Amino acid sequence: MLPLGLRGLWSGPDLTENPVSLSKEQVQHIAMLARLQLEDGEFDDMIDKLSRIVDFFDQLQAAPTNDVLPMAHPLNMSQRLRADVVTESNERDLIQGNAPSTEDGYYLVPKVIE
Amino acid sequence: MATNSNELHTRTLAELAGGLAAGDFSSRELTEALLARIESHGSSLNAFITVTEEAALAQADDADKQRAAGEVGPLNGLPIVHKDLFCTKGVLTTCGSRMLENFVSPYDSTVVERISSAGAVLLGKTNMDEFAMGSSNETSYFGPVKNPWDTKLSPGGSSGGSAASVAARIVPAATGTDTGGSIRQPAALTGITGIKPTYGRVSRYGMVAFASSLDQAGVLTRSAEDAALLLGVMAGLDPRDSTSVDEPVPDYVGGLSKPVKGLKIGVVKQHFNEGLDEQCGNAVKDALKALEGEGARLIKIDMPNIDLSVPTYYVVAPAECSSNLSRFDGVRFGHRADEPEDLLDLYCRTRGEGFGEEVKRRIMTGTYVLSAGYYDAYYLKAQKVRQLISRDFMNAFEAVDVIAGPTAPTVAFAIGAKTDDPVTMYLNDIYTISANLAGLPGLSIPCGRADGLPVGLQLVGPHFSEETILACAHQYQQITDWHQACPEDFR
Amino acid sequence: MNGQWEVVIGLEIHAQLATNSKIFSSASTAYGSEPNTQACLVDLGYPGVLPVLNEEVVQMAAKFGLAVKATVAPRSVFARKNYFYPDLPKGYQISQYDLPIVEHGELFIRDDAGNEKRIGITRAHLEEDAGKSVHTGYGKASGIDLNRAGTPLLEIVSEPDMRSAKEAVAYMRKIHSIVRYLEISDGNMQEGSFRCDANVSMRPRGQEKLGTRTELKNLNSFRFVEKAINFEIERQIDVIEDGGEVVQETRLYDSDKDETRSMRSKEEANDYRYFPDPDLLPVVIEDEYIQAVRKTLPELPAAKQQRFVDEYALKGADAEILTVNRAVADYFESVAKAASAKAQVAANWVIGDLSSQLNKEGLDIVDSKIDSFALAGLIDRIADNTISGKIAKEVFEAMWAGEGSADEIIESHGLKQITDSGEIESIVDAVIEVNPSQAEEYRGGKDKLLGFFVGLVMKETGGKANPGQVNQILKEKLK
Repeated sequence: MLPLGLRGLWSGPDLTENPVSLSKEQVQHIAMLARLQLEDGEFDDMIDKLSRIVDFFDQLQAAPTNDVLPMAHPLNMSQRLRADVVTESNERDLIQGNAPSTEDGYYLVPKVIE
Repeated sequence: MATNSNELHTRTLAELAGGLAAGDFSSRELTEALLARIESHGSSLNAFITVTEEAALAQADDADKQRAAGEVGPLNGLPIVHKDLFCTKGVLTTCGSRMLENFVSPYDSTVVERISSAGAVLLGKTNMDEFAMGSSNETSYFGPVKNPWDTKLSPGGSSGGSAASVAARIVPAATGTDTGGSIRQPAALTGITGIKPTYGRVSRYGMVAFASSLDQAGVLTRSAEDAALLLGVMAGLDPRDSTSVDEPVPDYVGGLSKPVKGLKIGVVKQHFNEGLDEQCGNAVKDALKALEGEGARLIKIDMPNIDLSVPTYYVVAPAECSSNLSRFDGVRFGHRADEPEDLLDLYCRTRGEGFGEEVKRRIMTGTYVLSAGYYDAYYLKAQKVRQLISRDFMNAFEAVDVIAGPTAPTVAFAIGAKTDDPVTMYLNDIYTISANLAGLPGLSIPCGRADGLPVGLQLVGPHFSEETILACAHQYQQITDWHQACPEDFR
Repeated sequence: MNGQWEVVIGLEIHAQLATNSKIFSSASTAYGSEPNTQACLVDLGYPGVLPVLNEEVVQMAAKFGLAVKATVAPRSVFARKNYFYPDLPKGYQISQYDLPIVEHGELFIRDDAGNEKRIGITRAHLEEDAGKSVHTGYGKASGIDLNRAGTPLLEIVSEPDMRSAKEAVAYMRKIHSIVRYLEISDGNMQEGSFRCDANVSMRPRGQEKLGTRTELKNLNSFRFVEKAINFEIERQIDVIEDGGEVVQETRLYDSDKDETRSMRSKEEANDYRYFPDPDLLPVVIEDEYIQAVRKTLPELPAAKQQRFVDEYALKGADAEILTVNRAVADYFESVAKAASAKAQVAANWVIGDLSSQLNKEGLDIVDSKIDSFALAGLIDRIADNTISGKIAKEVFEAMWAGEGSADEIIESHGLKQITDSGEIESIVDAVIEVNPSQAEEYRGGKDKLLGFFVGLVMKETGGKANPGQVNQILKEKLK
């Protein structure tokens, strides 16, 4: 069973209002997007600290960024390309040594219902 | 130098290289001496997560054989430790996290591979803030690392285990990673030399990602000379990392002799504001004067957007981290919650249990700033401010060769002192973060004391100016001896 | 369809690119291996690994862009699409979002009335495929196979320009034909190398504003595309006419039941948080590169079709059929060039007897048991009157059965046409002699009886008499 903090979140709250601090519903929604279970005490602490962090970001709004391009990379380079050659071989047994649950070479997860 | 295995730990990498070359001692002897040192001095600092004793001795024997056969790599027989987020084949690679508590990497990161093929002997993997998220080493699942100058204090972070083990003369050199100051800040707080090269200079392949556009591997050593030696081995194009740069690697060691005379050093107005501890500020100013005395020119510069570095960083880095850490889902590797009820339960509990508080907070922050309705206001805005900060640097480097200033606003602080307020903790990175945002090389060297604790001087240069900042640091270390100071209990 | 309603359809086609290795790793893309034996550390999203882009996929995307007269972007960017799913190892899919590699293309189809119609191609972007789940055989668990993870896909997004299921299929067939001409995808729909999602909405005829659309998933054959869309059209009309509203959602087509059903789970919390992938840099394509790629482009279906009409005087419809598949077009052209008859004769053979024989045996034209030169040899014997068209069919069957070339079979079966007019005349005389009353009737004006006499002569000669000569001689003798 999911803890209280994560139940019934699928419908997602409306997140369009301007945040001063984060609401419980917002934090629940984010936790669901991030697939993070937060225990009850942890959850309250998260609301508090996340709100402080987000408030701290508000000073960015005053920066003069009209006509400034966003910077996704520190260097102005373009993508290098790789030759289309197969060099990897089958290392499944070695790699699956780290897997929590496998069978017949498959990774196992609780049944995916579609 | 006389060979006494009791004092091998006091020597720098360069000195040890000389001793090995001269046949004063073998790599086996050196390795045994340092393993003993880890045993006797390591545990009080909690600096190591894994000690690879057996493999180290085997590597040392190999190195000795290679030397006997005349096949000597640039790091032949020299000891090294890696921050525990460099994937190391067949060795535990935990990232300081419960999530990877039992993760044995099936492959070597490029950094590990290059250092190994240069002949170095791996002694172990060092403790760190969980997934490199932290400035105090307190977020490690394996407990905090302690500062050898005072074990009640933090060594800084996130490369705290690497910094503490070098500062405590347990090992002469360690690798680290720096996303917002994680090499330079612990180097400053433990009184050693640490360099974060230009983004793309060292391959990120096999370095578990925190924030991909900011992460860069570097080294922590006792001198600029050692840093030059090690960096030269690590740097260079790696076809497996699209962001690694195809730029020739200069002879960093050879470049150290370049005098500082005529060097134009920028001093940023905003670096000496009220946030800086006064004694720290004085130590840094003394260092600047010393460089001026060697013929450098100090030039005051203004970087109007630099104060926005911290909030910018704490939007961008968590955004990237929230996505980078999605792969830890309990399916292919790492922690998995017991008896998950369904898929959602598997994901939420695995991640809720596997990640610590700070990592979860950053994943949450990053998820938030990328989410619908907030992307433009936070993520995109921060990427634009990042551009402004980068322009500040480009403008500054029209006028100066390097920028010098404090590495951290204070000396080492007590473990537990700042953990309550994340924003206060984030402000530790105030002077280091901008170099990551702009992808610039930066280093920290010890330059004095405040309250008896080491203070760091930071040098930041233009892209691919490692040679210049290393030479400047080396020249400074020729006229001062701060870098030779050793914490009392670790002499 | 109900005349009051108009359907609006847009397609998203996923074409798997025919590379050796994956889009971001050097693992093989071969189909059908043991689970997870072709999933390397990069495909598995192992801690620390990084993607490096395959040069071939860039070239393939550029070829496609040029083939549909689109803009090949001088700068395109990979972005991460973040969501959790077991077949998505990294918790994000590397795709392209606001800066795709191909934009603003077009192609032409025939609409339901047979007129040429333009279909806009909004964009085509590169992305990685996900793995597969198996849901049976592992108790309460699903098994995850990540061999397919990281296989390169080109997602081709059309404008909502189609107005019937038939048009959608026609468009999809054009794209299929183009990617196979370009040899950038094998187009194998059984193996999932070419699949399609359809966005379908209804609006009152004459209304500009689009209705609420549903997205139909899992359409992996042309037939299913048509059936699923037609089902969905009826379903949506029913919903609206019953006073309800169509819900914007993803629906899965179930080919066993021939229906679409809602996939609610996919709808929940789909905030994908796209942002530029910091592990990859912008893909920069220079003009010279595009020019070089352009030179490698083969003649495309539309151009080839026109050329077949101009150069070989084919009927337009035949030229279209022959150019859907490049191998068929090549085969036809080879026959047409080798044979001395008119090209239309070669076209008839390829579209007729050869195609039906291939279909019957489920063979591709490249595996035809009669090669193009052999077929040309057969056609030549018709042209030079060695055999009749009717006999030719018999020869064709013997050739298919492997009995040899047309000439060898004509010789060994004794099928050579009788063209000696003396011989034909004597047979004609004999036939007239034993059927005097019919001859009388013919002479009396019953022209139809000519066929009766022709039939008898052909019967006497085992079909070998030249039909033209027989006709001519009969007409003279019966004057």
